[in-house]
Amino acid sequence: MDFSFTQEQELLQKGVREFAEKVVAPRVQEMEETKNAPVDIYKAMGQNGFFAVDIPKKYGGLEMGALARVIILEEISRVSAAVGMATQVFYLGIAPFLEAASEEQKQKYLPSLAKGEKLATVAVTEASGGSDPTGIVTEAKKEGDNYILNGRKIFITNSHEADIITVVARTSQDPLQFSAFIVEKGMPGFKPGRKENKMGFHGCTTGELIFENCIVPVENLIGKEGDGLKIALKAISETGRCGMAGVALGILESCLEEAVKFANERILGGKPISVHQAIQARIADIRIALESSRLLTYRAAWLKEKGMRCDVEFAIAKYYSTEAAVQCAKKTVDIYGGYGVMMEFAAQRLYRDAQLLIPSAGTSDIQMIVIARDSLKKGKK
Amino acid sequence: MKPLHIIVCVKPVPDFRSPVEFDQKTKTVKRGNVATVINPLDKNALEAALQLKESFGGKVTALSMAPPFAESVLREVLAFGADEAFLLSDPAFAGSDTLATAYVLAQGVKKIRDFDLVITGAASTDGNTAQVGPQVAEHLGLPHASFVTQVKRHSEHSLELTLKTEEGTILAEIDLPALITVSREINEPRTLGLFGIAAAAAKPLHILGSSDLEVDPERVGEKGSPTRIADIREVSFARKSELHEGTPEAISLLVKKFREWGVI
Ligand SMILES: Cc1cc2nc3c(=O)[nH]c(=O)nc-3n(C[C@H](O)[C@H](O)[C@H](O)COP(=O)(O)OP(=O)(O)OC[C@H]3O[C@@H](n4cnc5c(N)ncnc54)[C@H](O)[C@@H]3O)c2cc1C
Ligand SMILES: Cc1cc2nc3c(=O)[nH]c(=O)nc-3n(C[C@H](O)[C@H](O)[C@H](O)COP(=O)(O)OP(=O)(O)OC[C@H]3O[C@@H](n4cnc5c(N)ncnc54)[C@H](O)[C@@H]3O)c2cc1C
Repeated sequence: MDFSFTQEQELLQKGVREFAEKVVAPRVQEMEETKNAPVDIYKAMGQNGFFAVDIPKKYGGLEMGALARVIILEEISRVSAAVGMATQVFYLGIAPFLEAASEEQKQKYLPSLAKGEKLATVAVTEASGGSDPTGIVTEAKKEGDNYILNGRKIFITNSHEADIITVVARTSQDPLQFSAFIVEKGMPGFKPGRKENKMGFHGCTTGELIFENCIVPVENLIGKEGDGLKIALKAISETGRCGMAGVALGILESCLEEAVKFANERILGGKPISVHQAIQARIADIRIALESSRLLTYRAAWLKEKGMRCDVEFAIAKYYSTEAAVQCAKKTVDIYGGYGVMMEFAAQRLYRDAQLLIPSAGTSDIQMIVIARDSLKKGKK
Repeated sequence: MKPLHIIVCVKPVPDFRSPVEFDQKTKTVKRGNVATVINPLDKNALEAALQLKESFGGKVTALSMAPPFAESVLREVLAFGADEAFLLSDPAFAGSDTLATAYVLAQGVKKIRDFDLVITGAASTDGNTAQVGPQVAEHLGLPHASFVTQVKRHSEHSLELTLKTEEGTILAEIDLPALITVSREINEPRTLGLFGIAAAAAKPLHILGSSDLEVDPERVGEKGSPTRIADIREVSFARKSELHEGTPEAISLLVKKFREWGVI
């Protein structure tokens, strides 16, 4: 067992941290206030190769692997969970191309995704189906050389910034038959709808996608008809959950830094509050949560890199790290006393952002179901 | 215009953003837990070289004298965009002052050969003497200019420079090959990109010892260093305050204190 980073991973961490501090940090306040997505930052990230990590070299990517992706998300989210979330979903949007697209589709889309010239997302959720995606009602009817899509997606990350969207829709009367399509910005009959007003992740757009007789050429079908849910769920369970854990790691690290800073600097009765056991216990808890979340996430990423089964491990990492982030953000706010709820301090932002980790890429209840189902199956002889 | 081969001198220094302790015996920074980073001004030097390369073509070679652990620093320099790196590393170089350091670096430059320009930072964040650049130039017999804030290609064989001085600025022209030392104002160094990081692993990084260079053993390391650091002190910026009630005794105490501190 080797727990050290490679020289490349160390450089990556250093480089991304520098980028986050230099380019992202000065914009956090503005994002909090305007809630606007910093598209110029996404473009700079693209030019710097952030979205190419997982893409094979022959499509202009870097082939650095899943752990590299986690390192990037952790470092970006340490400074801004909103930019981390947007990044994580750009990766999610790339995943179906890596895992299920045809050679022609890969050649057509991956090079521009690798450079960040095009940004991606995945659209599954609808008002009638979140945790249970079989509730999806958006349908795709085949007409000649095209599919005609009709329906609405909600809660889609990067809804207004994404250029290339993997959309899951019904292609038959069979209640369990869905297909995945590549929809591009500008296709007739497709437009983004409303932007949600969220308690956290300000600066990361979550919104609606509207398909009204949207014409999608047949060559934009990913895989076969009927493969849709499998394709989307593989992307969500391996890349999406991995990404959410990465964002949680960033929030946890930021909790630890903010908590330690305040505990050392806040002087009461001539002594810093860090002398109190109650404060120390919270700091120890945050540290333990960060370290264990890291181990779970890095190991799951390692399994993914080795091509081994990793969906349950990512469910565990996602569940543990995101729940830990919510609890630790509360502990951080608690350490700050009244200052914790003041908008001038980062603590309240961590608290608001952390809760958004829970529903994204499947709620904790759903992770529990995945984990329990696998455990029960293994128990059966 | 012809492409330029630029050598950039890069010094690995302790990361002064983390707390740094000094060893009073050896008069050096305790390297123990302190991370090593690229001397900040050397990032400006590198950026200046990369910009010249982007404008005129050519090659950027990084040069450093440091212990073997500095390899990772040079790998970072390659990730920023340098094409090749040389690490001059030998136990015999330990304890070099600026004279000996500059001598070794000059021998390194001679080994690399065929260069048009050497760029160094104006000063390091640890030694901070601002001597090494000009000394390297003198060893090599090159024209040199320090504290450069702007560099332009003036002709095939010369550069136009703006230099910062205490009185103002100087506009100068310098013939190539030359050496310049750069100030922070010259540019805003780029951030590390992933394409660069991925490319760095395959770029040549050579580690050379004294046997690979033509160095006179008497001129390197402690032996070749006439400088002795007599004392090293930490400056504390903590403000002191004492409250005294206004009795005559207190006032005389205050006056006494002021005398002790040399304030009056
Ligand atoms: C910030 C953010 C970003 C998102 N980004 C995207 C995106 O890019 N693409 C996309 O497709 N979707 C996205 N989503 C949607 C997300 O995947 C869904 O919100 C999530 O799957 C939950 O679905 P729901 O909101 O419909 O809740 P529901 O499914 O209605 O769940 C309501 C409650 O019931 C519980 N529950 C549901 N089923 C069960 C069960 N079987 N057993 C026990 N409890 C259950 C849930 O845990 C939850 O507590 C995003 C959501 C958020 C908040
Ligand atoms: C606290 C302290 C005080 C010191 N005082 C003195 C002193 O008074 N006199 C003295 O002779 N020495 C002194 N030294 C030793 C001196 O720091 C080293 O000899 C060092 O190798 C070069 O000097 P500098 O750091 O001052 O470089 P500077 O001249 O400040 O550095 C300017 C530029 O030269 C280049 N450069 C410098 N060193 C290297 C290197 N090793 N490899 C590649 N490029 C390099 C870099 O581009 C750098 O930006 C001192 C060291 C310390 C830690």
